[in-house]
Amino acid sequence: MTEATLVNPLETLVEHFPSGWVKKDDRPGYSGFIVEREHLLDFARAMRDDFGFDYLSMVTASDYLAEGIFDVVYYAYKTIGGPALVFKVQVPREDAVVPSLVALYPGADFQERELWDLMGIRFEGHPDLRRILMWEGFEGHPLRKDWKEPFYEEDVKPFKSRWPEGKPIHADDRNPFNDNVQYPTGFDPERWVPEAETLLYSGLQQTAHYEEFKTDELIVNMGPQHPSTHGVFRMVVSLQGEKIVDLKPVMGYLHRNHEKIGERNTFLQNMPFTDRLDYTTSMSNNFAYALAVEKLMGLQVPERAEYIRVIMAELTRIMNHFFATGFLLNDLGVYFTASLYAIEERELILDIFEEVSGSRMMCNYFRFGGVVRDVSDEVLKKIHNLIYDRIPRKLDQFDAYLTNNEILRTRCEGVGVLTADQAIALSTAGPILRASGVPYDVRRADPYSIYDRLDFDVVTGIHGDIYDRYLVRVGEIKESIKIIKQLLRDIPGGPILAGKPAYQVRVPAGESYGRVEGPKGELGFYIVSSGKPNPERYHVRAPTFINLTSLAPMSRGEKVADVVVILGAIDIVLGEVDR
Amino acid sequence: MSPEGLSKPEYQVPQEMQNQVALTTLDRLYNWSRKNSVWPMMFGLACCAIEMIAAAASRYDLARFGMEVMRPSPRQSDVMLVSGTVTKKMIPQIVRLYNQMPEPKYVIAMGACATSGGPFKEGYNVVAGVDKFIPVDVYIPGCPPTPQALLHGLMTLQKKIEGQSLKEVSWYQKGPGEPIPVPVLGPDLIDMRKAAVIRENSQPVADA
Repeated sequence: MTEATLVNPLETLVEHFPSGWVKKDDRPGYSGFIVEREHLLDFARAMRDDFGFDYLSMVTASDYLAEGIFDVVYYAYKTIGGPALVFKVQVPREDAVVPSLVALYPGADFQERELWDLMGIRFEGHPDLRRILMWEGFEGHPLRKDWKEPFYEEDVKPFKSRWPEGKPIHADDRNPFNDNVQYPTGFDPERWVPEAETLLYSGLQQTAHYEEFKTDELIVNMGPQHPSTHGVFRMVVSLQGEKIVDLKPVMGYLHRNHEKIGERNTFLQNMPFTDRLDYTTSMSNNFAYALAVEKLMGLQVPERAEYIRVIMAELTRIMNHFFATGFLLNDLGVYFTASLYAIEERELILDIFEEVSGSRMMCNYFRFGGVVRDVSDEVLKKIHNLIYDRIPRKLDQFDAYLTNNEILRTRCEGVGVLTADQAIALSTAGPILRASGVPYDVRRADPYSIYDRLDFDVVTGIHGDIYDRYLVRVGEIKESIKIIKQLLRDIPGGPILAGKPAYQVRVPAGESYGRVEGPKGELGFYIVSSGKPNPERYHVRAPTFINLTSLAPMSRGEKVADVVVILGAIDIVLGEVDR
Repeated sequence: MSPEGLSKPEYQVPQEMQNQVALTTLDRLYNWSRKNSVWPMMFGLACCAIEMIAAAASRYDLARFGMEVMRPSPRQSDVMLVSGTVTKKMIPQIVRLYNQMPEPKYVIAMGACATSGGPFKEGYNVVAGVDKFIPVDVYIPGCPPTPQALLHGLMTLQKKIEGQSLKEVSWYQKGPGEPIPVPVLGPDLIDMRKAAVIRENSQPVADA
């Protein structure tokens, strides 16, 4: 690292490069730098190697139909902490080609494929540019502003047919096929030859055959219906005996078009949809989305609301880690018994969520500038009992039965190893990154809400294997308990919402990125507003989607039975992976 | 036929034998054993699957109804709980799994998404209800339905089983049942049963 970068981080960045390469993004409400696409690779290399932005957190794009350009947006961070480096490449819509950053930041792999799939931006030099969420052969790139879905009614909600008179027509009746489908003109279904996924299978690595054993390589499809893939996830595995030669994840079986629907919704209408992203941790999802919109609106959240928010987010973390640990054991072959122990505590936390928000899982509890309902003293008492009595006892039980359990250690130690360098390069986040020894936690690295005032440790592992991931999760439960204890002690009275509750919020034009340290990693929402009641662009940086990039490097060379555990230790939730 | 008629034998036990002999109908015996061991398929799609897990766990305990034996294989299961949003990419697999289940088989559409597409109905990759492809026996409303609602749905299914008669059930009729054609992933989802309609409606409009 040169001395100049230490003194002036980003102020003089433009002068660092030959003129015309980089310029400041001076559109009102926007930040960061616009890089010429010919120089993107050089710029990114300089950022990574000279300026220390080693962690490419998010790649996304937004479609500006009126201007006729795509903005490809990159958010890079330093793993030692600090604010983001935002850089963008603008390309014309009819010539949407951008150099791929996979060679520099392997973590961009799936995100670039997603952009190709949904936006139709071609990344030159990408090793495996296939569709990722939709299937090969699907017509069109759905997130383009001029692409319309079969049940299209209007660009934005509330639809005129529903409001104010309220005379909706059933969506199926508006479609010529009475169904959610559309076909290109002249399409004949009988002549259609489905894509045989040749690219997927031919992309798998091959090894030389072992002549003395005369073994063949075997390709096995695990999923999408498989008891150990945590939902509808599919892995294509090529095997040499029991050893894994290569693995390719296939996803999109739960792609629910979150972003397309989110761009039609009003800002507040998106809040309940965020619940359904990672459906085990709805409170954290609410948190990140609220932060992103509040950043644009410039809202100050009242003190009591901040406390309530953090209590709920940390309870979510405890709940999620219990669930993840329980199902890790399920994957190890203990069947449902261990999960039963873990789910016991989860139910008690869900009771609290139900009491404050009205729903067990889909809380929809946060609002822009606060939370929707206050928390009563009885609920605080219940949380108090849980935190001081019930959960510590359960943790002791975990420690006694699991931490030094010989079978657990033998199965988990040294399996699915990810070194710190790999973990950073692959843009992993959350317990996976920390188990590899990188103390990167958004709560510490880039504090939001009231985390800068709280006393807690960032739990890290050393070996980056599954056992360390287990230890990090258990350690994080302990830290969450510590945090909630402080909050319960200090929680002030006062209002819980800034201003009056409103259905339509006024969001000034501009872009913003709000991120939290969710239980599974960095969860971020990238929002572009044009000053209208609906977001212009709404993108979710889903931690487990990007963490899955590390699945193949972790699994190569392991046994097929271990892949189930490696996947379990990533702790994926398909609602978030596929969105 | 009403469940009462199925379950009541039309024969009176003579007075002297009332304490030794009990009479029932074959239908009742058959249905009683079937309804108390409905094995669900271990198959979760989305959010509702988490509530399904919660229903199987200790607090709600599906085992009380003989339903705790979740089978990962469709060949061993009696009921398919479609627990979550059905997407176009997934529906070929769901139809295939349904075809692989042995008779008698039942389908429960759990939650708003499986019933009608729910909050995601307008999405371009979402099937607006699993009943567009496979027959559904019980619909459970909710987003997601609570475990109690799921239990209620399963008990409704048990009631339905109680009302079925051996004489009429489809799986004892002559000839094998027709499998449902597996939809194909084309430029959009293709339901082969509707191939003619699709071709007709996709013809280029003649210039006016």
